[in-house]
Amino acid sequence: MSEESKGTTQTAPPADTPSAHRKPSAKEQAWEKNTLQPTLEKNPERQAEFTTISGYPIRRLYTQADLPNWDPDRELGFPGEPPYTRGIHSTMHRGRLWTMRQFAGFGAAEDTNQRFRYLLAQGQTGLSTAFDLPTLMGYDSDHALSEGEVGKCGVAISSLADMEVLFDKIPLANVTTSMTINSPAAVIWAMYLAVAEKQGADWKKLAGTLQNDILKEYIAQKEYIYPPEPSMRLVIDTFEFGVKNTPKFNPISISGYHIREAGSTAIQELAFTLRDGLEYVEWGMRRGLDLDQFVPQLSFFFNAHSDFFEEIAKYRAARRIWHKAMVERYGSKNPRAWALRFHTQTAGCSLTAQQPYNNVVRTALQALAAVLGGTQSLHTNSLDEAWALPTEFAATIALRTQQIIAHETGVTNTVDPLGGSYFVETLTNEVERGAWEYIERIDAMGGMVAAIERSYPQREIAEASYRYQMALDKKEKIMVGVNDFVSEEKPLDTLQIDESVAHRQAERLSKLRAARSKEEVTRRLNALRTAAEGKDNLMPFIFDAVKSYATLGEICDAMRDVFGTYEEVAIT
Amino acid sequence: MPEKKIRVLIAKPGLDGHDRGAKVIARALRDAGMEVIYTGLRQTPEMIASAAVQEDVDVIGLSILSGAHNTICPQLMNLLRDKGMTDVTVLVGGIIPEADIPPLKKAGIAEIFLPGTSTQDIIDFVRKRVTH
Repeated sequence: MSEESKGTTQTAPPADTPSAHRKPSAKEQAWEKNTLQPTLEKNPERQAEFTTISGYPIRRLYTQADLPNWDPDRELGFPGEPPYTRGIHSTMHRGRLWTMRQFAGFGAAEDTNQRFRYLLAQGQTGLSTAFDLPTLMGYDSDHALSEGEVGKCGVAISSLADMEVLFDKIPLANVTTSMTINSPAAVIWAMYLAVAEKQGADWKKLAGTLQNDILKEYIAQKEYIYPPEPSMRLVIDTFEFGVKNTPKFNPISISGYHIREAGSTAIQELAFTLRDGLEYVEWGMRRGLDLDQFVPQLSFFFNAHSDFFEEIAKYRAARRIWHKAMVERYGSKNPRAWALRFHTQTAGCSLTAQQPYNNVVRTALQALAAVLGGTQSLHTNSLDEAWALPTEFAATIALRTQQIIAHETGVTNTVDPLGGSYFVETLTNEVERGAWEYIERIDAMGGMVAAIERSYPQREIAEASYRYQMALDKKEKIMVGVNDFVSEEKPLDTLQIDESVAHRQAERLSKLRAARSKEEVTRRLNALRTAAEGKDNLMPFIFDAVKSYATLGEICDAMRDVFGTYEEVAIT
Repeated sequence: MPEKKIRVLIAKPGLDGHDRGAKVIARALRDAGMEVIYTGLRQTPEMIASAAVQEDVDVIGLSILSGAHNTICPQLMNLLRDKGMTDVTVLVGGIIPEADIPPLKKAGIAEIFLPGTSTQDIIDFVRKRVTH
């Protein structure tokens, strides 16, 4: 069942950093001798070594000596142009602010519908849906394994009927919606498209994002149903369907967020996410899709953790790597395929249950890093999320945090304000280099699916997360209110979801099963099962099944019958 | 020093796949010299109780972040009682609202470790509790 920890995994960063070869100028050497050394003799520094939260070593001072062959035309370029280091739009946040997209979902569909309408009324500019664990795992609310989990971590959606309630009085033609759903993504998307159709919205104009990133599920979040091969087929089915039917919808959001939450370093988050992206591109090309047609619809999703400059360097490096990969690796001719667009969420794992109001400050600083890193959309966590899903009060402060950054701080007045900083440019180079090393290692393993099957990324992340925990336990890294600056405080009022949601859902499902045409449901599920055995794109079959009010569980079961289910080798 | 290694079952019940905490604790207890068995994901209370009996463990550590603790914990405690495993120490780590702690302890959970607990505190608790 368990496996002894090997302790042999190689982890970034490499010891041989470019800083080791730097040649300081005569003036810098003189400063070291005349000014720095006497100071250090009198007042030694607080620590022997300074590192980022990922454990990456940081120098005392960065100068031109850290950027010996650095050519701003090549490394930076101009905003909206390759290699996109400075951002993917020429005017960035001067032209249009990022989308303020707060992730929300709890209870039954009507509860979340109400929260959505509240958030839109507060000036939020896009929706983002959190589903509960049964929905994420493709089980109906009344399944035995759903007991105790219905509506707890997100909204419970078991059929098109629930989806109709979720988006009641929300015009899908005008609002962009993101849906955090992975293994059953094709089914939930079909439900969304069916609601849009009923509202009379033109699919060609529908905009939004499906998370649909199954690779990071195997790597980090672990909400998978089927084995990698059929799961990847479903993902590519949505790409193919999207290119033809919903050209403005992102069928995937390739996510580093969960990789980071599982304890990875910043470099691992970047490398595994981009390598996942390359894997999807390669599977799409193998399907016969035109790279320059489907890649512009792929979007990304990164974490905004607490190490301010490391995060900014990560976003800048991400754009540079993606551009290079698209042009040099695949010979893409479409600039829209070169520009990496991303959503950001502040780091849930950085929030503390202790002194929870401090989380407002953490979130604000993390959000600032995302904005300075050129994000296209942003979710800011609420102060109470180390305890529960957010209350309306806490969610409002989180949204206001973004509005304060956008309208009060002035950081949006210019594009890439940190461009040209010796430190930021050096760190961007080093993060990029570290990520390429990982990407090449995974290439050598035969790609990401092969790497996942040998637990490579899983092991690297577990190693990094253990290292960080040990650093916390030894107080080498500080979490305010947790391992230092501890104080007593009053408990928060948090949102509680009781079991009445599960009862309401079970009742609704039994009514639905009685009211629909049993023959029609059976016929369409059988058609899906047959198609799954062959090679056809499954989206039209799933869409048909959804419209007959077959439930999420029934549709996922039909595919379970054909694809089987996946179980990972548990490593510790 | 105890003569026999303390045996611990780390289990991840429910549908949630966030296993960072479970893995860190499993490794920390192992590094502290205990025999640790990790069940992997999505274990039902029946599976956990059976594994506990089979592996003859001294301690069961449950990692629960999803809010399903009020359903899972009492079910597991009943199953353990049915199987005659009354001397096993059951611990819970994860996101547990303060109001739920007294009823969980009443149901037989020995201790609840909230986010931010150091691994050393858990190691110390287990050592103190389990004396061979």
